Amino acid sequence: MQRICFFLLLCFPTLVFAAASQIPLDKVKIDPRDQASLQRGAKLYVNYCQGCHSLQFMRYNRMAVDLGIVDTDGKAHTHLVKNNLIFTGSKLHEPMLNGMSEEEAARWFGMVPPDLSLITRVRGPNWVYSYLRSFYADASRPWGTNNLVFNDVSMPNVLLELQGEQVPIYRTEVTKAPGGASREVQVLDHLELAKPGSMQPQAFDSAMRDLVNFLAYVAEPVKLERQRIGYWVIGFLIVFLVVVYLLKKEYWKDVKNK
Amino acid sequence: MKDSAKGFMGWLDARFPASSFWRNHMTGYYAPKNFNFWYFFGSLALLVLVNQIVTGIWLTMNYEPTASGAFASVEFIMRDVKWGWLIRYLHSTGASAFFVVIYLHMFRGLLYGSYKKPRELIWLFGMAMYLCLMAEAFMGYLLPWGQMSYWGAQVITSLFGAIPYVGEGLLQWLRGDYVVSGATLTRFFALHVIALPLLLIGLVIFHLIALHQVGSNNPDGIEIKDKKDANGVPLDGIPFHPYYTVKDLVGVVVFLIVFCLIVFFMPTAGGMFLEPDNFAAANPLVTPEHIKPVWYFTPYYAMLRAIPDKLFGVVTMAAAIAILFVLPWLDRSPVKSMRYRGVFSKIALTCFALSFIALGYLGWSSVTPLYTFLARVLTVVYFLFFLLMPFYTRYEKTKPVPERVT
Amino acid sequence: MDKDEPNEESIDHGRRRFLVAATTVIGGVGVVGAAVPFVASWLPSAKAQAAAAPVEVDVSRLEPGAKLTVEWRGKPVWIIHRSKAALAELKKSGTEHLRDPNSEVAQQPAYASNPLRSLNPNYLILIGICTHLGCVPIYRPDIGGVEPGWPGGFFCPCHGSKFDLAGRVYKGVPAPINLEVPPYKFISDSVVIIGEDAETA
Repeated sequence: MQRICFFLLLCFPTLVFAAASQIPLDKVKIDPRDQASLQRGAKLYVNYCQGCHSLQFMRYNRMAVDLGIVDTDGKAHTHLVKNNLIFTGSKLHEPMLNGMSEEEAARWFGMVPPDLSLITRVRGPNWVYSYLRSFYADASRPWGTNNLVFNDVSMPNVLLELQGEQVPIYRTEVTKAPGGASREVQVLDHLELAKPGSMQPQAFDSAMRDLVNFLAYVAEPVKLERQRIGYWVIGFLIVFLVVVYLLKKEYWKDVKNK
Repeated sequence: MKDSAKGFMGWLDARFPASSFWRNHMTGYYAPKNFNFWYFFGSLALLVLVNQIVTGIWLTMNYEPTASGAFASVEFIMRDVKWGWLIRYLHSTGASAFFVVIYLHMFRGLLYGSYKKPRELIWLFGMAMYLCLMAEAFMGYLLPWGQMSYWGAQVITSLFGAIPYVGEGLLQWLRGDYVVSGATLTRFFALHVIALPLLLIGLVIFHLIALHQVGSNNPDGIEIKDKKDANGVPLDGIPFHPYYTVKDLVGVVVFLIVFCLIVFFMPTAGGMFLEPDNFAAANPLVTPEHIKPVWYFTPYYAMLRAIPDKLFGVVTMAAAIAILFVLPWLDRSPVKSMRYRGVFSKIALTCFALSFIALGYLGWSSVTPLYTFLARVLTVVYFLFFLLMPFYTRYEKTKPVPERVT
Repeated sequence: MDKDEPNEESIDHGRRRFLVAATTVIGGVGVVGAAVPFVASWLPSAKAQAAAAPVEVDVSRLEPGAKLTVEWRGKPVWIIHRSKAALAELKKSGTEHLRDPNSEVAQQPAYASNPLRSLNPNYLILIGICTHLGCVPIYRPDIGGVEPGWPGGFFCPCHGSKFDLAGRVYKGVPAPINLEVPPYKFISDSVVIIGEDAETA
């Protein structure tokens, strides 16, 4: 088995995802009931992310209804959505695609920016939250930025103007090589804000929480409804259990008396 | 007497054995009265099978078995089809529930010697079903066409490549391509939705016919047919209907509560039933960091990984399943139930069950040298349970079996 | 049922009947409840609904006499710019040969329930599906083209049904009722939205 995997790794050495990072992920609280947060997240998404990353499985009208952007009869509020959330010329019922062609994207970034409809189900909300906050200046990279949780990421830091520029702070560690000689290595310790952005750090963290909250909603829009129905189903089954248990007890009197 | 009744039933019974079928298999089928908790899982397996068939039929209505459309069609079901999310979660949770129920059902057989004479055929049909179910689950897992679907199939089909001489050709024949591809997907789809379910249903019927021919075993391992009253009714038997129908109904509802808690409140089961990597579309150029099968295959997967030789690993894995088939002939104990067996049988079964669970955990986890070592030890334990069985079952001291069920 | 039951007298039959009935009823409710998602999943999906969304059409370039076909809910919708001559011919031909000249059968929104079956007399908007068996009729604006005295209209090639230039069905043809008018509204003189009702109703 290991051999097979190893063989496969050998076949595509350059395409393997960056190895799992050692950086502990920051925790983010997801709350699909917080519509205000989801709306702020949606707005951030269409402004900062959707240029490159589509949400091909999410329709505007469903998002509007779930996020409470509705008119008096509970349908998606056409004007609010069109004026604030649709910048691609899409229609209300259409999925949230991006305007960029795949060929162009591949030319600019070396790869097609992935669709993010399910990103929080693949990576987990904590990873996405940490990722968004972990860009730092790195002159060796094509876009001048690198990321703590996704080493050598090919995405530029589009949030630079909001967050400001973070720089890496290194610490010195002594490691012992197998031969016995110890040597000093520079290890990235943490990031420090060198140039402030338009947002205070706390406001930026809060905005990223909104964005991740929105992406978590997009990954499973039905979550709230699923749980709401779940309570009814479980409640019904418990009532049914009482009845069938009494029925069983009644019939089994025969067996006990026999 | 009732069969000759007039009216609709009389008309029907003259043409179709409805009443006699009902009598032979329900009201007149005498089951031992001392069934315990472990006897719920047969009927539950049937329930899960029905769930899988019904939800499966509904999923095929919107699923698209092509490499380009499969992943998106699953998300289409999850989002755009009304109630599609529920139908899909019922099916994905049902797959895992099937194995939970089947493993407990099989353990019941081991515990009470239900595979021993005269029930060898029931066990063999059951094992054939287990094999069929594994194939069914494996092929079904490819259909969402996620990263884990794809790489899981790639790795597991590669096992056939380990077979000397014919391996490489067999592999290409199996996949219909040089890698897992759209051709593999369509054939797996056909087998998953038609061929294997048909086979499974046929085996279920055979399993039940064989069961009703010899009668059910029980926790005491006593043949209730040996002690009958003047009417020829087993003294320790009670009619399956109504007594076990109402009892199984309680089991069904308790099961449904647990099942629905998962479906509605944790459908991915923390990545156990639906793995995070499978929410990314299949990409033949990028392997996930940690390829592993779904939890129900991980005990065998751990054995495969533990063995440092490709062919021998595959042989071990196949042997681990094959050896279950000969179980009825390995067991030489004069008694059926664990209740009356000696201490060696009890220790052996405990070690076996624990090793199976521990192997499952190891197969699920990433490889470390310690885990590989443990997996080797546990693989040995797994096989020793079977290989030593003829000896410890024959020479251990058993307790006397009572005349009547307790 | 069970003749060999030793304690026949001790059985509380009333309680058993009640519990069996309760289990049957609640179980039945459960089965029906479980069937709802399966039945409801056959309704049009969000994708089908999106494809059925209202269609916006610019008719400014449509020449008099010309026909434009757009797809709405998977059906062909015709937009016909009726020329002055055609309108005159329509008026001249009278109504004796028509089955439902006043559009009494509900085949159109209220705002199109007039002799010309339209919001704006210049534009005829119809679902191009014959009310007989679902063929697509042919637009025949040519006067006298289908038969002597033909004032222009639609002719269904499948079974010979005839409709005039307001989509009204002829007498003595297989089609029973007039062609259907979809809901539509003009948001400007030349832009029409098909699938959304005009707010005059």
